[in-house]
Amino acid sequence: MALEGFLLSALVLTPAAAASLLLLLPKDAEKAHRWIGLVASLLTLGLAGMVWSRFDPSNVAFQLVETRPWLPTLGIAYRLGIDGISLLLVLLTALLQPLVLISSWSSIHQRVKGYVFAMLLLETGMLGAFLATDLFLFYVFWELMLLPMYFIIGVWGGERRIYAAVKFVLFTLAGSLLMLVGILYLSYLHKAQTGAWSFAYEDIRSLTIPMGEGFWHSPQLLLFAAFALAFAIKVPVWPLHTWLPDAHVEAPTGGSVILAGVLLKLGTYGLLRYNRPLFPEAWERATPLFLWLAVIAIIYGALVSWAQKDMKKLIAYSSVSHMGFIILGLFAGTVASTQGALIQMVNHGLSTGALFMLVGVVYDRRHTRLIEDYGGLAAVMPLYTGAFLIATLASIGLPGLNGFVGEFLILTGSFPTHPVAVILASTGIVLGAVYMLTLVQRVFWNPLVHEENRTLADLTWREALAFTPLAVFMVWIGVQPGTFLRLSEAAVRHLVGGGL
Amino acid sequence: MTADLVALLPELVLAGLAMALLLVGLVGGGRRHGALGAGAVLSIVAAGVALWVVASGTAEGTRFFFGMFVLDRFAVFFKALFLLSSGLAILLSLDYLKRNDYRPAEYHTLVMLATVGMMVMASGSNLATIYVGLELMALSTYILAGYFRREVKSHEAAVKYFVLGALSSGILLYGLSLLYGATGTLDLATLAAKVSGGRPGTPVLVGIALLTCGFLFKVAAVPFHMWTPDVYEGAPTPITAFMSVGPKAAAFAMFLRVYLGGLEPLADQWRLFVAVAAALTMVWGNVAALTQDNVKRMLAYSSIAHAGYALLGLMAGGQNGLQSVMFYMLVYTVTNLGAFGFVILLESRGFAGETVNDYAGMARKHPVAAFGMLLFLLSLGGIPPTAGFMGKLYLFAAAVQAGYVWLVVVAVLMSAVSLYYYLRIVLQMYLRDGADAEPAALLAAPWTERVIVACAVAVLVIGVLPGPFGEAARATVSVLAGK
Repeated sequence: MALEGFLLSALVLTPAAAASLLLLLPKDAEKAHRWIGLVASLLTLGLAGMVWSRFDPSNVAFQLVETRPWLPTLGIAYRLGIDGISLLLVLLTALLQPLVLISSWSSIHQRVKGYVFAMLLLETGMLGAFLATDLFLFYVFWELMLLPMYFIIGVWGGERRIYAAVKFVLFTLAGSLLMLVGILYLSYLHKAQTGAWSFAYEDIRSLTIPMGEGFWHSPQLLLFAAFALAFAIKVPVWPLHTWLPDAHVEAPTGGSVILAGVLLKLGTYGLLRYNRPLFPEAWERATPLFLWLAVIAIIYGALVSWAQKDMKKLIAYSSVSHMGFIILGLFAGTVASTQGALIQMVNHGLSTGALFMLVGVVYDRRHTRLIEDYGGLAAVMPLYTGAFLIATLASIGLPGLNGFVGEFLILTGSFPTHPVAVILASTGIVLGAVYMLTLVQRVFWNPLVHEENRTLADLTWREALAFTPLAVFMVWIGVQPGTFLRLSEAAVRHLVGGGL
Repeated sequence: MTADLVALLPELVLAGLAMALLLVGLVGGGRRHGALGAGAVLSIVAAGVALWVVASGTAEGTRFFFGMFVLDRFAVFFKALFLLSSGLAILLSLDYLKRNDYRPAEYHTLVMLATVGMMVMASGSNLATIYVGLELMALSTYILAGYFRREVKSHEAAVKYFVLGALSSGILLYGLSLLYGATGTLDLATLAAKVSGGRPGTPVLVGIALLTCGFLFKVAAVPFHMWTPDVYEGAPTPITAFMSVGPKAAAFAMFLRVYLGGLEPLADQWRLFVAVAAALTMVWGNVAALTQDNVKRMLAYSSIAHAGYALLGLMAGGQNGLQSVMFYMLVYTVTNLGAFGFVILLESRGFAGETVNDYAGMARKHPVAAFGMLLFLLSLGGIPPTAGFMGKLYLFAAAVQAGYVWLVVVAVLMSAVSLYYYLRIVLQMYLRDGADAEPAALLAAPWTERVIVACAVAVLVIGVLPGPFGEAARATVSVLAGK
């Protein structure tokens, strides 16, 4: 069928096409803007579903491949492809986007056109970054995500939004530009070894990159560092995480959901997609460092979360902790731990995305995120309480929900090779339960002391609609993880190379 | 002899029409802005047509005037670029001149004569020809910088520009004379043959050092950049726009032609010098721009920084290096003209348009122009999918290939720094609300707006589909790099 030839392009470009359609509409047609955004993102979700249905999990090569020449003299082409590693994240992105637009339906009132425009452009950037199989194209999509997020934080954010937006951009950019040098150098290596420039992922992967002596004279270590820095800032790996709390707290709800749900995953995806296969010896060398950073992030993130008074900040720091688990799984490097890391990327997107969304719900009503301003909400907002509880339990890894699957796989997969790190990391799970359950306790079950909370409205149908799909997937992955693990297993096994 | 004149036809057409325009202005049309502007633009178009006819009818690399003047694709590319930039600069000036009530005839004439000078520079295959072109360009721009004679700043700019420009021309000329004394030739090809092989003598080395200083002056590279911010700030904004692209590109054309043509055999002697200057230029241009509150000064420092990036291509040399600089000059021309166009638009709307704070809330008041400005700033910062990103890609790829990875690392780090000050403007335009009171005297600036839109489209098109433009630059480099 001819559709296969441009399915991925359609997936990537649909949001961008809708965004350019928006430009043609007058500024005050807000309803039309929202609907265009929603329809486009649902269309994208449908296309993602089609990709899923056509995907063959047993095939480890890129599928639905598209190649169009772009800059032939430099070996740059428009190359898209999907494999088991990117599929899950593409599905996650496509799922979150319409939910975000639904949930911000009533919370964004200013400059709606710009908001929807930025969101759609961001979606193109994210999907493109996951699907690009040309390093140059990957970089273009990677940078394409930067500006929409800058505007989302800077225009629709909270009080210190400008500071947060600038900090976000500078951190991200500092890392990614060095990656650009790395990409150029890789392509140049390809030219040196084969006589022609190429930015194609498969070509670069077939290179042998010299290890050299020491750090400053080792191309492979330097390249690893250039890529890893860009990704580690994005994840963020401790101690590069300081932009994250600011960005999350100041971003509007939709921005936080996308940021936590997808953008952070691009960091871990990048490590798995680029750093591991392209620089295997350097990866080996860097493993102890990253394992320790992961353990520090897990414990540090959890402890700092515990101390927060602001709900959004608490969840932001919990992301640092959760992303630490993913890093641990990736660098432990067995099939099980890598699979766990991959599914945990999806899980974190679902549960943290849901938590940010739910905090946004009460913020819209009370315009405060301080924990002490709430209490006793269980009696006033039963539906909301239930939703929040599901997301919390998913986040702390209750068996039967998705978080458990990921954490279990990461820890058991890592234990044989790195027992000490696993033992230390496990304390993070306990701490996670402590700070999340304390939060729930204080917000929902403590006595209702603030009179204004007595009249809070429960979830509207729109808010419930935005949350339900997330809950469905939390349960689905928790009960039937095989459906999803199966998609990536062959690709991960191929990448990691046997073992467990 | 006829063949010589035919080869010079574009320059002759432009110079002749410039004189005609001057006469028309004297005879009585001195204040007829519309007619004179149209005449100037049509003259540029006529020169463009002549260039196209002459270029397509001449064999690649044919020399004229006893080998003093060459027509190769390198020259044609740059001439087309100069015509483009002066055409756009004249369009940007139309509304501005009218509003400030300055005589258009002399103004347009000077822009056109400067363009003639630049075209001669691009075609010079002899150091004397290049120098003559350079002086014609420089003298015209000195006057243009001081054209707003009722403004004190404009005077200051003109005097500074003239004094420092003359000094640098003197240094350059001294270098040329030393080279001539040592080798007995000003012809680039002969020069290349004479200096190749063996260690060059002291006069040649001193000559090259002085020549390099002079050239670095002309492209505004650190440490010879001091004149730029003051001149850019004081000159009439359309002239600043013009100076930042036309004469700068011409200086690069000259730099490339002389260094990669005539002095290529001595690359080992000048390369380190230029490399250090490039690194200093990128660092200082960007760092100094961080603290500027005046947008014209900020763009001046940014143009210094961009000269540093472009020097990377010169360092890299060869096919790729040449191509990357040429492509970058094209990218930089459309981007910077667009960005200055926005500054001009604000000025003509009665805003000062000079401090960063004047940009607050522009996204609401002028959404289309502000979006254009956003694209220009992103392009200057090198963010895809804009032309500036592709330009940097070519430059960096060439430099990596030539082994200057450390310079590329400096360049990308400085690009990150540059984003900070470019985003300051974006931040004001989009994230802050300006005072709502729109000045009462709203002057229409239709041409300025059209130029902004055209440049914005160009920035996007070149950014997404750089192929044809990059190839246009590639096709031209066979002569210089063929050696």
